[in-house]
Amino acid sequence: MKINLIAYGVAREILSGSEIAIDINEGTSIESLKTTLLEKYPDFAKLQYLKLAVNEDYQEDNYVIHSHDEIVIIPPVSGG
Amino acid sequence: MIHVKVTDQELIPAACIDLVSDPSAGGTTTFIGTVRNQTKGRQVLALDFEAYVPMAEKEMKKIAEHIEVHWHALHVCIFHRTGRLSIGEIPVVIAVSTPHRNAAFEACQYAIDTLKETVPIWKKEMLEDGEVWVSAHP
Repeated sequence: MKINLIAYGVAREILSGSEIAIDINEGTSIESLKTTLLEKYPDFAKLQYLKLAVNEDYQEDNYVIHSHDEIVIIPPVSGG
Repeated sequence: MIHVKVTDQELIPAACIDLVSDPSAGGTTTFIGTVRNQTKGRQVLALDFEAYVPMAEKEMKKIAEHIEVHWHALHVCIFHRTGRLSIGEIPVVIAVSTPHRNAAFEACQYAIDTLKETVPIWKKEMLEDGEVWVSAHP
């Protein structure tokens, strides 16, 4: 299935865009999506951490992605 | 009451203090973050802030709710600004009113510390000799 990934901050620069569409298998977890991202974009491995938010909340690695989920790449935050 | 907001408009600390004023408050603390002119010996020209706004406001609300429960705050205001800010401008204002002063200090400290860890907001330093996403890399 096709999902859209939204990216902010340094993640947006790594992807060279604020949104990309990627194909994932049914049943893909957050953890395996992260692995895919790290393989495709090695610069993610240089970050302090890489988190993914699903529908405006941080999600655990074992969360299984649904086609309608809003998935946002959260690189290390630095507000304040 | 809880007031949280991510905005591209100028933040007015006095407005935040007004929002948390209450006749049963014994104390109000505020934290006003300001853009400073240097970092690690390098001159900063400006900071660019961006936010995943709906989630940022949700995470700010979680912080405020924790403060209401844990420190019995009367009111909590957490406002954060986005866009390009110059030296001396204010990216964040936090105001907390509580019945007793110690709680107000502790709660305000908790709010800014937690905001920096959990709220999806990012800043990029515009330096004289380049640009850096703050805290992105180890």
